[in-house]
Amino acid sequence: MKKTHLLLVMVTCSMLAGCNLVVMKPSGDIALQQAELIIYSTILMLIIILPVMALTVFFAWRYRESNEKATYAPDWDHSISLEIVVWSVPLAIIICLAGLTWVATHRLNPYDPVRRISAEQPADPTVAPLIVQVVAMDWKWVFIYPEQGIATVNEAAAIVDRPIEFQLTSDTVMNSFYVPALAGQIYAMAGMQTELNAVINEPGVYEGFSANYNGFGFNHMRFDFHGLDETGFDAWVDKVRSSADTLDTATYQRLQQPSIDDDTRYFSEVGDDMWDRIVNMCAGPSALCRDDMMMVDALGGGGIAGLFNREVFRGLCSSDDPRGMLAIIRPELEFRAEEIIAAMGPVEPDAPQRQSPLSLPQTAN
Amino acid sequence: MHGNPTLVFYEQEDPHHGEDHDHETGTMLGFWLYLMSDCLIFAVLFAVYAVIGQNYAAGPAPKDLFEIELILVATFALLFSSITYGFAVIQMEAGSTRGTVLWLVVTGLFGLAFLGLEIKEFSHLWHLGATPMASGFLSAFWTLVGTHGLHVTAGCIWLVVLLVQIRLHGLIPENRRRVMCLSLFWHFLDLIWIGVFSLVYLAGVLL
Amino acid sequence: MATSGYGYRVVTEVDPLLGKLTLGAFPFYDPIILTTFIVTVILGLGIFGAVTYFRLWGYLWREWVTTVDHKKIGIMYMILGLVMLVRGFADAVLMRLHQAMAASGGEGYLDPHHYDQIFTAHGTIMIFFVAMPFVTGFMNYVMPLQIGARDVAFPFLNNLSFWLTTSGAVLVMISLFVGEFAATGWLAYPPLSNGQYSPGVGVDYYLWSLNIAGIGTTLSGINLIVTLVKMRAPGMTWMRLPVFCWTALCSNVLIVATFPVLSATYALLTADRYLGTQFFNAELGGNPMMYVNLIWIWGHPEVYILILPIFGIYSEVVPTFTGKRLFGYTSMVYATCVIMILSYIVWLHHFFTMGAGANVNSFFGITTMIISIPTGAKIFNWLFTMYKGRIRYEEPMMWTVAFMLTFAVGGMTGVLLAVPPADYVLHNSLFLVAHFHNAIIGGVVFGIFAGFVYWWPKAFGFRLEPFWGKVAFWGWVIGFWLAFMPLYVLGLMGVTRRLSQFEDTAYSIYFIVALIGALFVAVGIVAFLIQIAVSIINREKLRDTTGDIWNARTLEWSTSSPPPAYNFAFTPRVYELDAWHHMKANGYKPPQDGFAPIHMPRYTSSGVIIAGILTVFGFAMVWNIWWLAASSFLASILYSIGHTFNYNRDYYIPVEQVRQTELARLGSARGPMAAEPAE
Repeated sequence: MKKTHLLLVMVTCSMLAGCNLVVMKPSGDIALQQAELIIYSTILMLIIILPVMALTVFFAWRYRESNEKATYAPDWDHSISLEIVVWSVPLAIIICLAGLTWVATHRLNPYDPVRRISAEQPADPTVAPLIVQVVAMDWKWVFIYPEQGIATVNEAAAIVDRPIEFQLTSDTVMNSFYVPALAGQIYAMAGMQTELNAVINEPGVYEGFSANYNGFGFNHMRFDFHGLDETGFDAWVDKVRSSADTLDTATYQRLQQPSIDDDTRYFSEVGDDMWDRIVNMCAGPSALCRDDMMMVDALGGGGIAGLFNREVFRGLCSSDDPRGMLAIIRPELEFRAEEIIAAMGPVEPDAPQRQSPLSLPQTAN
Repeated sequence: MHGNPTLVFYEQEDPHHGEDHDHETGTMLGFWLYLMSDCLIFAVLFAVYAVIGQNYAAGPAPKDLFEIELILVATFALLFSSITYGFAVIQMEAGSTRGTVLWLVVTGLFGLAFLGLEIKEFSHLWHLGATPMASGFLSAFWTLVGTHGLHVTAGCIWLVVLLVQIRLHGLIPENRRRVMCLSLFWHFLDLIWIGVFSLVYLAGVLL
Repeated sequence: MATSGYGYRVVTEVDPLLGKLTLGAFPFYDPIILTTFIVTVILGLGIFGAVTYFRLWGYLWREWVTTVDHKKIGIMYMILGLVMLVRGFADAVLMRLHQAMAASGGEGYLDPHHYDQIFTAHGTIMIFFVAMPFVTGFMNYVMPLQIGARDVAFPFLNNLSFWLTTSGAVLVMISLFVGEFAATGWLAYPPLSNGQYSPGVGVDYYLWSLNIAGIGTTLSGINLIVTLVKMRAPGMTWMRLPVFCWTALCSNVLIVATFPVLSATYALLTADRYLGTQFFNAELGGNPMMYVNLIWIWGHPEVYILILPIFGIYSEVVPTFTGKRLFGYTSMVYATCVIMILSYIVWLHHFFTMGAGANVNSFFGITTMIISIPTGAKIFNWLFTMYKGRIRYEEPMMWTVAFMLTFAVGGMTGVLLAVPPADYVLHNSLFLVAHFHNAIIGGVVFGIFAGFVYWWPKAFGFRLEPFWGKVAFWGWVIGFWLAFMPLYVLGLMGVTRRLSQFEDTAYSIYFIVALIGALFVAVGIVAFLIQIAVSIINREKLRDTTGDIWNARTLEWSTSSPPPAYNFAFTPRVYELDAWHHMKANGYKPPQDGFAPIHMPRYTSSGVIIAGILTVFGFAMVWNIWWLAASSFLASILYSIGHTFNYNRDYYIPVEQVRQTELARLGSARGPMAAEPAE
């Protein structure tokens, strides 16, 4: 057993020497902190794992049957002091690890803006993060840059040392957005928006992919993530802008067709409400957007009639005449119209979970 | 080896004692455990209803659909059936086969009445277009209420089978055990229905 | 019929007679499946011919298929597990070979749709039809003997549970040759598993086979709990219960507390696929995240359903082969119960990356870590049982030491994955795959082998031949380390699970080493099968007449090997933990008179018939053969009702027969079992 171990350790080490452990040696600060966390946790656990393994080997050898010198105590089965050790040592380790977990989980919460650019450099709160909206499709990635008004397929770029805020959704099954060199993964799911904040510290081209199995084209659900300096990023944006294609509804519906191993594509323009409609699952024809639907539901549903003409509620959330809309859906709530319309308000663009308008009052009373 | 020679390491048993009695209580415990596992299925369905029961997909909400008076009648039918089942068990304890059978029949009729009202409600909803496919709320509603309904159906079939068996063999220990198991089942369904009635119907109409 | 272009052959027309079943459903254009099919047919014909030639059909039907004897049912569970292990492992080798080829610059030999089915089938089979049958088999065989009972509480139900499990396994096996299996991953997350994204019959096979098997598992859980609560021998208080029985109890409580959740969840997904309900469709108010939560509320306790009884096996093996009392019995029992409870509140750690907040993620991360405390205490307890012992390195003990070393690593990587930010980078990676194989092979599989070798002599009256066992041992241990250590590294290189094509040849060497590891495991499996064959051939040489070949400590060793149908002629009376050890120490002599007739359940064919009808029902549902589905469902109900009209379910073994059996047993026994010489 011991020999095998030694051999394995040696083989593993020699194999490790030549490989690129991108998870342990990333180029983004968030991933770096996650890698450090892996190391600290492992060291903490080795404090107990190594002695246990050593003791196992030692006892297994020492108390072998042929060793007549070893003590034999067939009825010895209890020791308060040992029991205390047995329970308290793991407990102590876990208390440390739990503390570490609590702090690290809150510090590295993907919804929060990054706190630091790197170990030496705290984040500047006045610098707004670069917003990248990410759509997982069958089987390609679409990136929308709302500030720049551009979009791409299977290629993303960001500025070195400037915080990035990824807003994630899916047009299809569950996907997981993962650039190992940049930061840990977060799921992208249809009809909802998740978020990942990160920063890239070194220029370069990094591999990104869906880490969650998503069907036939899973192998090729990959994209290049470029870390660029300020001028490089501007040049990249210009390159995208020079494309003749635009991302409008018709183009998007063509993208919705499943395809595998797509080439990089650039779109010089993106429809203003494109992202909102994708998140709300109404980028296709004649579907009622989820935010409108949820607003109707929060107001008590669309009634039996709603089964057959859901579409009348389209635009409820962004209506110019909410009072008129309300009068159509729930005339009996007229007396509370002011209050309800105030609550409906414009949905904040960066509310983390747009899909649950929990702030609405209970209206059905 | 030195031992304690006074210890006896086996039971000198009377073959007809203990065994059957043990088995009786084993069945009841087993049936309890089954009911608990069934209860978990309902727990999942209740949880699902809690999660997506307000997602009407811009379609109808409970107060557009439920006829609470009808449901109230159905509820009372089921509650009464539990009481009449209790009478059947009392009759069984008193040793009256005739009384047991009579009250079991009454229980079954109440059960059928409940089922009839439920079918009436479901067909009404179906004709309105409020099918289980229409929205998250309706999926959760149909499944929760429908699963309970299927259980009541199973209970009614069991009741008929049991009546036949009592007719064939009388109130022999096996049949008494079965009456007690069905009793647990029946009361359990009543309990679940109280949850359905309060959390789905009452909450849906009143809140 | 139309081919959707992504591997799925979608049949849109449902024939009234054959449903969606057409000739195209038989995937014999695929050479791998065709070869498998031919080999299976040849093997099947061989077995069929042999059974017919030796006129064994009647024997098999009377003595095995219809049996309600917990020992025979336990053995049948083990056979089922072994057969399915070979199938599941064949899937593993296919994947390892393909990945090694694909990572070395080639394309491999499997198209993605086929590969996706293989990893789904591998996961499903290994958990539901290998690990579960093995564990249930052990509990069935050993637990009643350990508590001094004559059978389980509901013997017929036990038979039905077994056949329902087998029915699920049969459906999975049919999917290999008729149609296809799910290509969704072993937990079939929607939306991927819904009708839109998985239009083929694969997910339907998955759902029906697991639904049918799941009912069997739940019933078996209820049965074994009642057995443990109601049928312990007099004097066997809870704190005198062997640790294996404690772990079996906790495991079965978890089964009863979680398998209904699984059934309900699958039922909802089935409704989504068949009826078009909206449970997991975000478009009209459903929520796919709900499925992920529900399935893991079952899924995490399931891990402990598997590992707890295995911990129990180690707890039996270690005291026996160290010749010592188990260190810290009480803390072992409490640790088991604590694990049972905690396993219910950790499920969210399977999807930290689904976007829950930091508070929720840390809560579930920390509860997960807390489980490692009682688990660690268990490891220490086995360790201190070895301390000041006289360790005999028979095979079960070798497996146990290998387990302690391997599982420590798996536990460590598990706790690492419980740290949410670490999970963000390791989730869905080959690191994760390495971790759970480390825990399941290093924990569950090693324990299954330990238990197998340990209790084989009890079940058959002769021990297993040790040479091939040692080959199997080293094959598995070396194979495991070679196969999975590279996957840890690949995970840290950012390689995701479930990939079948690679652009980067840097991974090549690791996948090749992993393949070599898998081949070592193959050697282990083959050696194990050879070991069984050789032992059966040499059984007279390996015969154990004592009934207590290992000088063990618990009650199952107080009866002969193999035990008579009724286990114990006299119900044992228990005074201490390690009851058999206590009996031996106090000069126990088996009684030679005073026998009484023994009350036993009758064998019945109802279980296999009901399960058979349900298999047909499942198949008919998969292929939308509605007339067959409706009639088979009705038939199963009517047959079950018919079964309740049979009141003639038990009989008494006459006292003379008991006396003869006992005296024959005692006569052949030497050692502590032996009767005193006639005076």
